[in-house]
Amino acid sequence: MDLYEHQGKELFRAHGIVTPRGIVAETAEQAADATRELGGRSVVKVQVQVGGRGKGGGVVLVDSPERAAEEAARMLGSDFKGHQVTQVLVEELLPIALEFYTSMLLDRSTGDYLAMMTAEGGMDIEELARTRPDALRRVHVDAMLGMRAFHVRELVGTLPTDAREGAADVLRRMYELVQERDATLVEVNPLVQLDDGSVVALDAKVTIDDNALFRHPDVEAYAGAFPIDPVQARANEEGLQYVKLDGNVGIIGNGAGLVMSTLDVVAQAGARAANFLDVGGGASADQMATSLEVVLSDPAVKAVLVNIFGGITRCDLVAQGVLGALERVEATVPLVVRLDGTNADEGRAILDEAAHPRIVAAATMQEAAEQAAALANGPAA
Amino acid sequence: MSILVGADTKLVVQGLTGKEGTFHALRNRAYGTNVVAGVTPGKGGHDVEGIPVFDTVADAVREADANTSMIFVPPRFAAEAILEAADAGVGLVVCITEGIPVKDMAHVHGYLQGRETTLVGPNCPGVISPGVANVGIIPPEVCMPGRVGFVSRSGTLVYQIVHELTQRGIGQSTCVGMGGDPVHGIGFIESLAMFEADPETDLMIMTGEIGGDDEERAAAHIAGHISKPVVAYIAGFEAPPGKRMGHAGAIVTGSKGTAAAKAEALEAAGVRVARTPSQVAELTQAALA
Repeated sequence: MDLYEHQGKELFRAHGIVTPRGIVAETAEQAADATRELGGRSVVKVQVQVGGRGKGGGVVLVDSPERAAEEAARMLGSDFKGHQVTQVLVEELLPIALEFYTSMLLDRSTGDYLAMMTAEGGMDIEELARTRPDALRRVHVDAMLGMRAFHVRELVGTLPTDAREGAADVLRRMYELVQERDATLVEVNPLVQLDDGSVVALDAKVTIDDNALFRHPDVEAYAGAFPIDPVQARANEEGLQYVKLDGNVGIIGNGAGLVMSTLDVVAQAGARAANFLDVGGGASADQMATSLEVVLSDPAVKAVLVNIFGGITRCDLVAQGVLGALERVEATVPLVVRLDGTNADEGRAILDEAAHPRIVAAATMQEAAEQAAALANGPAA
Repeated sequence: MSILVGADTKLVVQGLTGKEGTFHALRNRAYGTNVVAGVTPGKGGHDVEGIPVFDTVADAVREADANTSMIFVPPRFAAEAILEAADAGVGLVVCITEGIPVKDMAHVHGYLQGRETTLVGPNCPGVISPGVANVGIIPPEVCMPGRVGFVSRSGTLVYQIVHELTQRGIGQSTCVGMGGDPVHGIGFIESLAMFEADPETDLMIMTGEIGGDDEERAAAHIAGHISKPVVAYIAGFEAPPGKRMGHAGAIVTGSKGTAAAKAEALEAAGVRVARTPSQVAELTQAALA
């Protein structure tokens, strides 16, 4: 789960990492009041679950409460890189002397944690990593061993001497946060040194492992702040992985790999998928029914392709689910259904017997994709 | 011969007494796998359809001589189950459980360094050597014995592609579902190396998907160390670019993790890359001809 900046900073403060004073605003008036409280000047930042806010106009310095209200009014309700903005963070302006960069993340290729730090913050860090790799210190930390003093000394090595103790303290607390909160990413860009020498986290990008949310009900509750469309909410309730895309063939499959593969095969057959929907490993009749409702709620869908390969999933239950769903939602488009694997014969027999006018049975994945593409494109295509 | 599981597999099922554990243990036994024990803390002394249950993996190793473990315990206890099996000296651990916190797996990863235990998974469908032994949830009906080695990140793609191979009469030596979790046990490289060394494997197939850099690293390994032909398939050409928080992820791998980048890296290493699951079977047939 990707946290908003202000949520990440709340975790930072809980672990003793210093952040600027900030106030969350959901209206222009609140942004103006917050700016007044912070001394009449502030920085107004969109709160979204995506990066690149600075370059995208999502972070603006203002010199009056009125200007804060203007900027907040512009940001709130707008769409930032496909994310609806419902909150802005209004923060105090601090006297910044230097900008650094630091991050800590789970490194999937080595199975440990990777910590990085450089004195050259504020610039394009990916570019720096490519062109001058020596300027970016990297340390792998074995989870069994933990972050040691020598790791920290190595990481702060490019920083000015008088910033190292403050930065080291931030690193130790970041690692503690990563371990105690099951974070898979903590990034601070920039980490700054103020005129008085102290080190402060100006930004916070924090990702918490979804699989570990059961240990952190307080973090799980942060999700309540995220705007979510009702279709997505319906899918999430049933444990379905649903991503809306912009084609016209609705896709339902089991297993992320098979569903991704289905999108590809549909594209090769000359159509585009309207969505990605993974019903998961043990798809039940109920989940199947909800899946159909979710996919059919998209008016762009001209045909639906159900591609199931039963392992744990039983195809007879899938077939019942499809028929059950067609009793609940009126299908205005054809459904191409391809069942294979566990109890596939029973599943196909159930569909044959029902002889539903909207259901088109397909023998193979390839054939199913071609049929669905042809039906979606219409006879004139 | 085959890799990982075979005639000398003696399987202990951790979580045998749970619904899924019982179902798949019995299905594996019916296929011919030698299931010698189960482990459920507090249920030692009972049995499931004649399979003795022990309180600890150490007991199962001492009393039933188990050398392979299959794990079906819930996600919050699964990492502990892997550690227990490794600590008891089990040589191969196949963890089916989905949803294990990645921090727990990072600890497991650290613990397994330098130990004799090989881990497959978690969040994987397991390993089958058709006609000999099945350790996991791959439906054995889709497989047939033969000389193609198969390794996949995705579970359902194993079923789909192996099914298409079998329909064309192309049998498999062993099919490995390595799982798609960020921190996992053996990957493409280890699997391909075992197939390379296996005299009963003539060709290997690997199927990957977007994200991470497992496929790119496999490509580098193939170029340097693999002499047998390799056919690959990558899913996710049409997948939307995942949203990304910050820049740290891209710095780590230096790779975009896209399907196109992976396919390109594999092709550059001399691998035949299929564009559809059906094409995997076609390319394999052509390569074996």
